[in-house]
Amino acid sequence: MNNLADSRNGTASSGDDIAVRFDAVTKRFGDATALREVSLSVRSGEFMTLLGPSGCGKTTLLNLAAGFFSPDGGEIRIDGARVNDVPTYRREIGMMFQNYALFPHMSVAENIAYGLKVRHIAKKERDRRVEEVLALVRLAGMAGRKPRQLSGGQQQRVALARALVISPKVLLLDEPFSALDKNLRASMQVELREIQRKLKVTTIFVTHDQGEALSLSDRVAVMSDGRIRQLGTPEEIYRRPCDRFVASFVGDANVLRGRLDGFDGAHSTVAVGTARVKVPEAPLRGVALSTPVDLFVRPEQLKIAEICAPSAFGGRVAAQVYQGGHVDLYIECAQSASDRLLVRSAGQDAMTRWPVGAEVGMIIGIDDAVAFPVP
Amino acid sequence: MPRSTYQRLLGFVGKLAVLLILGFLVLPVAVVTIAAFNDRAILSFPPQAWSLRWFAKAIAYQDFRDGFRNGLVVTVWASTIALMVGAMFAYALDRYRFRFKKGIEGILLSPLVIPHFTVGLGFLILAAQVGWTRGYAVVVFCHVVLVLPFVIRSVYVSLRNLDQSYELAAASLGAPPSRVLLTVTLPLLLPGLVSGWLFAAILSFNEFTASLFVTAQRTQTLPVAMYNYVREYADPSMAALSVMYIVGTAVLIVFANAFLGLGKVLNIEQSR
Ligand SMILES: Nc1ncnc2c1ncn2[C@@H]1O[C@H](COP(=O)(O)OP(=O)(O)OP(=O)(O)O)[C@@H](O)[C@H]1O
Ligand SMILES: [Mg+2]
Repeated sequence: MNNLADSRNGTASSGDDIAVRFDAVTKRFGDATALREVSLSVRSGEFMTLLGPSGCGKTTLLNLAAGFFSPDGGEIRIDGARVNDVPTYRREIGMMFQNYALFPHMSVAENIAYGLKVRHIAKKERDRRVEEVLALVRLAGMAGRKPRQLSGGQQQRVALARALVISPKVLLLDEPFSALDKNLRASMQVELREIQRKLKVTTIFVTHDQGEALSLSDRVAVMSDGRIRQLGTPEEIYRRPCDRFVASFVGDANVLRGRLDGFDGAHSTVAVGTARVKVPEAPLRGVALSTPVDLFVRPEQLKIAEICAPSAFGGRVAAQVYQGGHVDLYIECAQSASDRLLVRSAGQDAMTRWPVGAEVGMIIGIDDAVAFPVP
Repeated sequence: MPRSTYQRLLGFVGKLAVLLILGFLVLPVAVVTIAAFNDRAILSFPPQAWSLRWFAKAIAYQDFRDGFRNGLVVTVWASTIALMVGAMFAYALDRYRFRFKKGIEGILLSPLVIPHFTVGLGFLILAAQVGWTRGYAVVVFCHVVLVLPFVIRSVYVSLRNLDQSYELAAASLGAPPSRVLLTVTLPLLLPGLVSGWLFAAILSFNEFTASLFVTAQRTQTLPVAMYNYVREYADPSMAALSVMYIVGTAVLIVFANAFLGLGKVLNIEQSR
């Protein structure tokens, strides 16, 4: 497999150069604006995920990189060269489609060899590379089959192999796993990430599944309504969402009603009932004291404590759900914006320690929650 | 679950209706087939004795032989030209936007609003102007015009059913548009193209009304030859010819079915 990896390293060696750059890209379809001045730089070898709800423009951005249509404004660069007017077939990209789009009239080997044939690579070399990439996606021995004789997961691997065998400058994937069942999806995700790491191929991955985005990506661009709302590592996105949209779209979140109580350097203090919670200061910059704010906290960051513990706010256990690895507690709380809070407790004793009906306290550690002004 | 009397009645009436419809469809075929094997010279029914002599006579009759040959020539040319023109048109309709597109689409896809004899007469007048009345060209052109809507429709439906991602995938793999067309689009359209050609061929070979106007003695097609024959004689060789017609068409369809699948030929199935 060294060959594929080497050809990648030849063009991109240092870790920080930019493979794909979108610069203030705007795209309209008739009256509708699908992308509004989107700027995004994807580093060489990076696994970048575009995450967002349906219709936010993820596919549009990906298709612009592929060259299926051109932007109404802004600039797209691949490996430093402006590609706005370069047709798809000269962009050196690898694309994997949601329905795989394997050519039904060609065998697996012919499908994979297609891109090599177009590049006038000699038959011997072609056969060697097809075999190599088939081994990479663990499909050795399937070369002679027709796509319809393969399972969904196998078809997917052929599609991946076909896109990779041409050593593309960038690999583009549009919701590749959405047609697979849950188990297969999980194993394909791991496999894709392994292959991507091995080949160090720059990858742009589109999904609306936040779990997939968090587990696979080097960085995630969270999109909504034709804009990028936040760009960061999965941890940054999850732990430090920059606005209410990102906080509620990525991961589960409890929302508590509170008031801005004070500032101290890097932190703001939010009053929730009698408790005081320290949160990152940035989203509350410029907000007046005593303004109502919403506190977003992840279920596993909400800790159960004694009711009388200092800086705890109270609630009553309404339901328990045993989940095997953890316990989900549903807690009624006066400060909650919805009727119940979800607390995820890793302790196996949670079932007995906090039975239904128990009055409990909850505490939130420093920076374990983020607050945004009430809109 | 027990079925109610009403449901049973409905089922019975439904089956009866289907049988009746099938019966009416098959009846003329059955009558003609039986008549073809009748030994008597008049088209009597039911036959008294059986023989194959009318088949022998039909095959030996020179006008029929010429008509068959002329018909083949016209059919092959007409449906091939119609396929090429029609495929290009369908492609343009599907892929490009241009002025009067809706209008052109309407005209080309509306089957036979214009009666065949109008087309035939029109071509006859045109051909007379340029002195082409004796050749094949006018017959072929006339048939192209008549079968074109069917070809366009067949190819157009296939194009519509063709998932665009195949072509995009080919482009992403580095294939320029001409190569995409040759290696991906056309092979995937093949069932539609073949079925379009087949329909065109069957229609053209059977076409009578317009052909009556535009053929000359030297270029008359089989249906015209049959018409001329039946004006003078009334013996079962016509029936024998009909049976050969039916068998020929059936063989063609069975062949196409084995080759492509009937669903694809009839464009019922998605072309993937
Ligand atoms: N070819 C098109 N013609 C017209 N409008 C389009 C076209 N493609 C996309 N749009 C519009 O642009 C917006 C963004 O579409 P896009 O396909 O990029 O969304 P998406 O984020 O990929 O959504 P999904 O998760 O549902 O695939 C949508 O409002 C959509 O209706
Ligand atoms: Mg999409």
